Amino acid sequence: MHDMSVQEHHHAPPTSFIRKHVFSLDHKVIGKQYYGLALIAAFFGMFLSWLMRIHLAWNNAPIPGLQLLSKAGAPGGVMTPEYYLQLMTMHGTIMVFFVLTTAPFAAFGNYFLPIQVGAEDMPFPRFNMMSFWVTFTAFVVLVSSFFLSDGPTLGGWTQYAPLNAVGAVAGPGQGLGVVLWMTSIALFCVGQLLGSLNFITTTLDLRVKGMSLMRLPLSAWAWFITSCMGLTAFAVLMPACILAILDHVAGTSFFVPSNLVINDQLQPHSGGSTLLWQHLFWFFGHPEVYIAIVPGLGIVSHVLLANMRKQMLSQRTLIYSMGALAVLSYMVYGHHMFVSGMNPYSSLAFSFPTLVITIPSTIVVLIWTFSLYGSKLRINSASLFALGFISMFVSGGVSGFFLAQPSIDIMLHATYFVVGHFHLVMGVAAMFGIFAGTYFWFPKMFGRFMNETLGRVHFWLSFVGAYCIFMPFHYLGMAGNVRRYASFVDDYLQPLIPVHRFITVAALCTGAAQLVFLYNLIHSRFWGKPAPDNPWEATSLEWSTPTTPPPFDNFGGKHPVVYHDPFQYGVQSSVGDYVMQTSPEQVATEHDEK
Amino acid sequence: MATTVHEPPQIDHARPQSTNGDSGNGGWRRLVPPDGNPRVTLDYSPPPSSTAIWVVIFAITMMFAAFTSALIVRKSSSLDWQSFTLPSILYLNTLLLIASSITLEVARRRVTTFMGGLRSQVEDPARWLYITLFLGLLFVAGQYIAWSQLRAEGLYLATNPSSSFFYLLTVTHALHVLGGLGGLIYVIVKLDKSVLRQNQLIATARYWHFMGALWVYLLLLLWMKV
Repeated sequence: MHDMSVQEHHHAPPTSFIRKHVFSLDHKVIGKQYYGLALIAAFFGMFLSWLMRIHLAWNNAPIPGLQLLSKAGAPGGVMTPEYYLQLMTMHGTIMVFFVLTTAPFAAFGNYFLPIQVGAEDMPFPRFNMMSFWVTFTAFVVLVSSFFLSDGPTLGGWTQYAPLNAVGAVAGPGQGLGVVLWMTSIALFCVGQLLGSLNFITTTLDLRVKGMSLMRLPLSAWAWFITSCMGLTAFAVLMPACILAILDHVAGTSFFVPSNLVINDQLQPHSGGSTLLWQHLFWFFGHPEVYIAIVPGLGIVSHVLLANMRKQMLSQRTLIYSMGALAVLSYMVYGHHMFVSGMNPYSSLAFSFPTLVITIPSTIVVLIWTFSLYGSKLRINSASLFALGFISMFVSGGVSGFFLAQPSIDIMLHATYFVVGHFHLVMGVAAMFGIFAGTYFWFPKMFGRFMNETLGRVHFWLSFVGAYCIFMPFHYLGMAGNVRRYASFVDDYLQPLIPVHRFITVAALCTGAAQLVFLYNLIHSRFWGKPAPDNPWEATSLEWSTPTTPPPFDNFGGKHPVVYHDPFQYGVQSSVGDYVMQTSPEQVATEHDEK
Repeated sequence: MATTVHEPPQIDHARPQSTNGDSGNGGWRRLVPPDGNPRVTLDYSPPPSSTAIWVVIFAITMMFAAFTSALIVRKSSSLDWQSFTLPSILYLNTLLLIASSITLEVARRRVTTFMGGLRSQVEDPARWLYITLFLGLLFVAGQYIAWSQLRAEGLYLATNPSSSFFYLLTVTHALHVLGGLGGLIYVIVKLDKSVLRQNQLIATARYWHFMGALWVYLLLLLWMKV
């Protein structure tokens, strides 16, 4: 610990179990609660993908015990096409909302943003607590749709109109199942808006003395930018969900067109616009991709810096690039609708910024690459997953070039090419960011190291496994393999089934590798090697807390004072090749963004 | 309407002005380190409630922007849109809400004076807050009368897309106004207990004025489109 001012902390830590561990106002506990929710959601979502993959590879083969999950959806253990779509919908929804948004942004952000700016907590702890519990309620509402007689909705995570608005006539789960889905997502929006409110005010208003915006660590910048995106995106998705719920339960016609006949039944709606839903949804949906990935950019930068032991090529450019990604993410959403029948000139208007958005993405990757060049990178689980993140981000991003062009997208749209693209760039990359953050910050969160050997085993199995699963998807897509089909047994897709079997085996193995991570996480939590306060010799404020894990008020009743950039590595100081932000020591080669 | 007035609470001073030519905040503008070492920069951030209220206003603006775009798209997507005459009480409600903004501004100045320690000039600082609260409640009641009038004419939520949007926009706005009324009650209670902070009052006032401006926008939108 270095220089601290003597301002006293006014909040006393809670003593009751409920206030301490359940309805806690402490941002650190809330962060861990978010992480726990994301962990449960991730394994549940992965389990659903296993069932889907087994069904795709060995069609009509019974899956033992599946009938216990749903008698109607899997009679005799054989999945019906409708049940396949229901599992697919829930897999996508759970993963996008409750894992990729929750873990890198809400979990790590909650835990570390206040500490990295030097605050004792978020400015509105009650809103913060509400944010988690509303999100948790949203998850419960979503999963409860499994217990409906006709199961959850089958409309996909995009819930396109008009099937999201006409009721049970559209298929199993399209009645109450859709209402529960919409309610869940609307609640999720409320939770994330409350979270964004806290993140933005924490970043702007609670920085301690000396912590200028440019002295914020890159991870804090990433959470701040993400919260700005979330504020804009979720504030639009929520009204869209309200409109869909009204179409369902109140008989309005926002999304259902006239003379719509489904299953030989004329629908009692008129004049609605099906494209309206797509516009509202994708105005949220594309920024959501960046809400999932931008925190990863920050976390990976943070982890790499501590392990490279040198400055980033340009921290300022990296921050501007993340900001550019956030702004551009609102100008490209139409590329999801190239085949929706919209004006071809509109396609061009959306295609151009989609190609432009590759520029800040490329800048970020180049900064990482050239910063890594010549560095003596410390190889550990965290830095391996950070490197893996870059690999996945590049591999998944390159296929985006193809999809950004309307003429090519017309052929590739709704094929497995798209599935491979977004799983790599948004799913796996973001997951690798979560893993990098977990291995890096676990010692601070729990005061113990995770097992390094198991971490490396986990990395290599996940890295190789993810490529084995998702690279063949691109091949399948180019071969014309459409997505969202429950089986490929009857037509030209039959020759592709061996590829699907390979992917399924890879998915099962890679999924099993995650059990290594789960074991490591739980085992290390209780029996891991004790960690010192600053095990990675890192510089940012979370490593200068008086105890590990940090005390209730983070800095022991005092406020730290910041003297340096967050990443003063590769310098000569009294403690080694780094200077902590709280150290008043002057170093000769200091680079300060101020 | 009277309230017990205790000792004036401590005034929450504005941020001290920076002496080195920058904004004085942690990093809004480029900071100039003070002379000599160590390289510490001044940091006087605004109270979080001041930032938070702008964040809330932005989120609500986005929400109503989404509803507005939905209205425009929906109206142009089909020929089933049937216009109707807006209930005339809406114009009276508009006047009430504008008047409430004025009374709240008076209240804000009087309470600020009171908190500044000039008690002799302000006998009952909460009076204008109560008047604002009353006008706000009248507005919500007036909106309810408007909905009742439309119901009596046979215009329900699902009758026509025009009525759907009318109810959607006015009810959503009224719910946000109720939130503002909750904020006013919070301010009154805090003032009564002499624990009100000035930034809480300013944040509540900003939200309330925004509700007024939003309503004027919605009325114009409904008048032109419905």
